[in-house]
Amino acid sequence: MAKSSRAAFFAVIAALAPACAHAEDLSLRGTIEPELRLFTQSASSARQKDTDMSVSGELTGKYMWGDGDQSLIVTPFARLDQRDSRRTHWDLREARYGLVMGKWEVRLGFDKVFWGVTEAVHLVDVINQTDIIEDPVKQEARLGQPMLRIRTTQDFGTFDAFLLPYFRERDFPGINGRPAYDIPVDMDLTRYESSRKERHIDGAFRYSHHLGDIDFGVGYFQGTNRDPILTPALSSGGDLVLSPYYAQMKQASIDAQATKGAWLYKFEGYWRRELDREYEAATGGVEYTFYGALGTEGDVGVVAEYALDSRGLMARDPYENDGFLALRWTANDEASTSFLGGAVVDAETGAMGFRFKGERRLSDDYRLSAEAYFFGNVPRPDPIYSIADDNYLQFRIARFF
Amino acid sequence: MGMTGRIYRAALCAAAIFTLSIISAGPLRAEAPGLPAPSDPAARGLAIAQESDKRDRGWGDAKADMKMVLTNASGETSERALRFMMLENTDGDGNWSLMTFDKPADIEGTALLTYPHVKEADEQWLYLPTVKRVKRISSANKSGPFVGSEFAFEDFSAQQVGKFTYKWLRDEPCGDRTCHVVERTPQYEDSGYTRQVVWIDTTDYLFRKTDFYDRKDSLIKTLTYQDYKLYDNKFWRPGELAMANHETKKSTRLIWQSYAFHTGLTKDDFSTASLERAR
Repeated sequence: MAKSSRAAFFAVIAALAPACAHAEDLSLRGTIEPELRLFTQSASSARQKDTDMSVSGELTGKYMWGDGDQSLIVTPFARLDQRDSRRTHWDLREARYGLVMGKWEVRLGFDKVFWGVTEAVHLVDVINQTDIIEDPVKQEARLGQPMLRIRTTQDFGTFDAFLLPYFRERDFPGINGRPAYDIPVDMDLTRYESSRKERHIDGAFRYSHHLGDIDFGVGYFQGTNRDPILTPALSSGGDLVLSPYYAQMKQASIDAQATKGAWLYKFEGYWRRELDREYEAATGGVEYTFYGALGTEGDVGVVAEYALDSRGLMARDPYENDGFLALRWTANDEASTSFLGGAVVDAETGAMGFRFKGERRLSDDYRLSAEAYFFGNVPRPDPIYSIADDNYLQFRIARFF
Repeated sequence: MGMTGRIYRAALCAAAIFTLSIISAGPLRAEAPGLPAPSDPAARGLAIAQESDKRDRGWGDAKADMKMVLTNASGETSERALRFMMLENTDGDGNWSLMTFDKPADIEGTALLTYPHVKEADEQWLYLPTVKRVKRISSANKSGPFVGSEFAFEDFSAQQVGKFTYKWLRDEPCGDRTCHVVERTPQYEDSGYTRQVVWIDTTDYLFRKTDFYDRKDSLIKTLTYQDYKLYDNKFWRPGELAMANHETKKSTRLIWQSYAFHTGLTKDDFSTASLERAR
């Protein structure tokens, strides 16, 4: 995080501090989560090991006043990793002030915003940078994004306007990191299309509404593409590395979901203009849940989705012509036990990826989760070729306090 | 007819009117006015449900905290804590609700917004705080357990008069009161029950007990309503709901605390956008 944005942020917090003087509605919650990863294949680099231990922690301080209409939330996150100095990182997931005035809402600070409806790929979700070292395959973790957000909720829908004054660079694994690209990304060689670099001011707008069983959203974003173009380069030490290049882009997007009984129908799509080129991508599918499946109290959900990108194999997104199928079992028991098994198949290259996840609460304050990621039949041209020798098992125990 | 006859008849009429007025005056306080006769059990059952609903009108909006204590067959307990916001909906479609979890810690901040309907499917949105995502969810899950408890989703969401047909069974003593015993049959899809038998007292028209019959029509659960308290001198709310599952021997108690009415909540506090706010 740049010093200036950090300084600006603490200035905001300092300005608001007097309000906290009578802290009658202050809460502090946290999580500590040790993690073990076991890699089942031999690594492509001698610097990558077959095991990795790590621990992450997150703390959330929340202060509310004015009958809950004003709030201050600060959520720092940090991870210590045994092997990868890049994976040892910290982030302000949230550090924001919020004000609600009837139908209007203002938020200022580091925040997270989610756009979209689908399960496998999140195409239209553009506000926050992906925290790729936290969640390298599923890519659902996000870095906090500095923003001013103004929202109004009217009878005919919700409008959001975003001013994004500072860009968060994507973090990549270091040379000891795993899973990782075979060629490491050198973040010292980061380049931008905009001369303002990470200080380019981005803007976004979204309208969303629900009518009967249809929920939909229309979004527009203009600014620095969160997804860098990686090109081979030589590091200052003369090694072959990848250099990230962040282009400017315009994105118009739509996302919609129809909820018909136990069936959900989902669609997301965008049109983008970047570096004098236009491209489109779309994803969609269905989700069906068997409630009380097989005479038990549990549910079985089936998700089938498809993703398509007009750039084909040139797409930086690995899901350019891919089908997804997932089965989810939720026991609905006291421990909230659940299992998920998912597969992705690239219709172009035949590459396959598998994900398994099991979770359960051990007591009121502990939760155990186990995950497995496996890749198969991945040919060289496929975007995930580099991590196809990084099959792994991951175990986590979260302690909440 | 002579004078004595006329006086006699007048006295008789007066006595009859007096008696009638006593009979009807009693029910005026206890039984609803114009409750259909026992010979029409369907109309009588419906009228009892409507009266119970009518007596609770006008609360506007409410906030409350709920503690949920789950007890398994071997007596081990686990706890959930939730905060409720409720908005009265007088069009018969059911009250809006927004519930937020405080415990267990791993789902802290998770919130559920429900707009119930009688004829169409309920509308429900779930807020997942870790990914800041509002998800429209299917409301077809009526019979599934709510967060591992003995309460099914429909035990919370399906309480509107229009969701059932009714049959008055009998009146009988219940505790220190008298209860109308009414059978109600779910008319909405996906219910896990063939029928429910409810005990509604004849004094304040409050639910005292419900027996739930599963799809095989065997008695599966019993819910008892305890520690009713009067709020704002008008609205009765139970302090505790205890659900016992006769099949699994598990039970769940809901302990309601700090009820507050007319807190100034409006429809704006029950929008999908409001789900994302700090609470």
